[in-house]
Amino acid sequence: MARHGRFGMPEGCARGGPALPAAARPPAGWSAGPSAEVPPAAPRSPGPLPGERRATEFLLEAGRRLSASLNTRRCARATAELAASFLADAALVVLPPDETRRSAWLRVTAGRPGLQEGAVSVAEAARVPGLAEALAGFPPVPSRWLDPAQAPGWLLPPGFGPAGHLLVTPLPGNGVAAGALVLARRRGGPAFHDGIETLVRLFAARAGAAISAAALHQEQNAVNAVLTAALLPPDLPSIDGVELGGSLRVAHQAARVGGDFYDVCLPAADDPPAACGQVPAPLAVLGDVCGKGAQAAVLAGQIRQSLRALLLVERRPARLASLINRSLLACPAPDSYATMVMAELHRTGGGRLRLDLAVAGHPTPLVLRADGTVDEPPGHGTLLGLLPDAEPALCAVDLAPGELCLLYSDGVTEAFGGPTGREMYGEQRLKDALATCAGMPAEAVVQRLEQLGTEWLAGGGHDDRALLAIRARPR
Amino acid sequence: MRPVTPVPAAAVGRYLELIGRGEEYAAVDLALELLDGGASAEAVLLDLVAPAQRRVGDLWAGNTWSVAREHAATAVSERVVAAVAARVRPPSVRGRITVACADGEYHALPTRLLAEVLRLRGWRVDFLGASVPGPHLIAHLHQVGPDAVALSCTLPTRLPRAHATITACRSVGVPVLAGGRGFGADGRFARLLGADAWAPTADAAADRLDRGLPGFPPEAPYTGVPAHLADDEYTQLVRRRGEVLGGVLGALTAAHPPVASYSARQREATAEDLAHLADFLAAALYVDDARLFTEFVAWTAGVLRARGVPAASLAAGLEAFRGELRDFPRARRILAQAAAACAAAVGPDAAVGHGDAPRDGDPAGPLSPGGSGG
Repeated sequence: MARHGRFGMPEGCARGGPALPAAARPPAGWSAGPSAEVPPAAPRSPGPLPGERRATEFLLEAGRRLSASLNTRRCARATAELAASFLADAALVVLPPDETRRSAWLRVTAGRPGLQEGAVSVAEAARVPGLAEALAGFPPVPSRWLDPAQAPGWLLPPGFGPAGHLLVTPLPGNGVAAGALVLARRRGGPAFHDGIETLVRLFAARAGAAISAAALHQEQNAVNAVLTAALLPPDLPSIDGVELGGSLRVAHQAARVGGDFYDVCLPAADDPPAACGQVPAPLAVLGDVCGKGAQAAVLAGQIRQSLRALLLVERRPARLASLINRSLLACPAPDSYATMVMAELHRTGGGRLRLDLAVAGHPTPLVLRADGTVDEPPGHGTLLGLLPDAEPALCAVDLAPGELCLLYSDGVTEAFGGPTGREMYGEQRLKDALATCAGMPAEAVVQRLEQLGTEWLAGGGHDDRALLAIRARPR
Repeated sequence: MRPVTPVPAAAVGRYLELIGRGEEYAAVDLALELLDGGASAEAVLLDLVAPAQRRVGDLWAGNTWSVAREHAATAVSERVVAAVAARVRPPSVRGRITVACADGEYHALPTRLLAEVLRLRGWRVDFLGASVPGPHLIAHLHQVGPDAVALSCTLPTRLPRAHATITACRSVGVPVLAGGRGFGADGRFARLLGADAWAPTADAAADRLDRGLPGFPPEAPYTGVPAHLADDEYTQLVRRRGEVLGGVLGALTAAHPPVASYSARQREATAEDLAHLADFLAAALYVDDARLFTEFVAWTAGVLRARGVPAASLAAGLEAFRGELRDFPRARRILAQAAAACAAAVGPDAAVGHGDAPRDGDPAGPLSPGGSGG
């Protein structure tokens, strides 16, 4: 009885008898010490104890594997695999219920490859004595023996045979419930003993800490993903007679968001008429906000959102630029500057496309003609967010079928690298590269330019780089 | 899983013609008709699209197709793959796999084919696309927790970065299946760099995943770096890349007076070719494999020959590197072997652009102003 008292386990819980199996196999590939070296800790134990060295190796391996991942499922899987490799014939990890009040479980059977997964409702989980308490995480509860007869079918692997011993152990998390571990031994198998119970407790503490850290990380990640979703480049719409290709590479690789942005907004049926009383046309925009990383990405997102709202009442690019300028001037955040280029897409018959461009302090778009020459329409316009009377440069570009207009950010041309590693890519190289792209679909052009730019960097760091190609679809 | 109705060999030729003319809709129709005729989606991807794309590479290498035509054809094949994928939607009944191209790797189509084949086999697939930066991939792994990463590397020059990625994936507990020609025709670099498995083709990769990878990757056979990196030649060459290339270009100009009269653009093209040599040499040093470099040199010789560039210019480039890299005994041995292979490859019967050679999506340009594709 002392052995259960030590773990605060009520005597009545020990229905399985003093019989956790001791002959735990060393996981494959480990250098297992000879168990004969270690004398049994309790004379009552019928089987030999696992060597202390093996237990230490087990905990080291557990530490290595459990600390690796910040993913809840991977941590739960590692927990089940580790437990089935050393502590039991089958191990099941039950995770705390999710928002739909279902608990995911992962199960591993010793000596069998693969992982089984499923989910149970809170009510089903509660039918396993002690499981609901273990999943609640608070107040802390001790490990608990189960009468195998009380175990519902989902607890054990199919074809497992009758269980002799079942142990439910809570996985104590860091303030957050991390789930529960159910260990199963076949009937007639070797018995559990004190040493194994201590090991189970130590192991459960490590696994619980890892799973709850992962759960916390994933929760924050999920929030992050929602917040950044609107800041990622959009899927480009399909527009009759137009091919679009876009690419955005940000300086902060893990964050995936930055100050460069592009967007293509389609008009709604009841939008106000465009300049000259024409039907509303799609608007493409590519811009670059001062700065890098999350802060720049937030401002870029605000500009994109403002534009979409403004488009409900205004379609003239020059007027849009002026309104964005005013809103940036009013922006409380410091250094709220942006450059951008807007292009209104008009189909003019015969498969031709006219782009009405407004360039506000941004690199002028490049135009790739069918014969491979590259034109640059005049004018840079002024930066937005600095002066009250920002004037975008306006011009129109005509594209014959197969011709293309490239909008890009200065991160493309100001990339340092090349054979010497110190040279700027520059506008001329971009023009030369674009000239080799005549006849390519818009997506392929963007991919190729992006690839050439990355090769130029030769592994060096870079600023955000954005490319948006608009092509009159060839006939 | 193999085709019920095989894809007829003539279909590949017809498909190649269509993508060569950029006829997206006709190419999509051809693929979908084969599906309707009873061919499996996997067969359409691997026995129609894949062989045609291999031919596209050869046609570019042989200077039959321009870069633009090659890219346009590949873009059409991307659309075809998307159309086939949209038509066939198998239920996902297996685990989850992340498929990505190594950082700096832009040959996305073979990787996309692998992603689709795995989807067809019932895996849930996250395809991250071309050139996936390491930190982005690791963040994804933490978020999604896949059973394995399938990492593709077509160009051996991306191996050092692929190695960093493999190590990072495994250290967060996700096993790596390596694929693509960059890992060597026999996968020897995949093993060297610690990948858990390697497969030469998309269907072999799917078969390998069917057999299962370890739930948690075992520790790599070595800790830290491969022993041969101790001589620092790789590190020094990468760190001094600009300086070395400047020296090589200077030496080449001195040895070959015509180089001095090149236009700025011709000089730049030559510098790019030399940079490719430097990058392949660095990769060969990284994996300690002279063959990696000699195969590239032999292949380049073929590409140059197809464009009417005399082979002597390539030999001169190699010689200039040897002169510049005096303190790099390992690199010099590799360069000497390559020079010998180069001499052999420029024989009158040398093959041009054979399928197994490493190649870049971009022309490995001429070492002299004879002009390359583009």
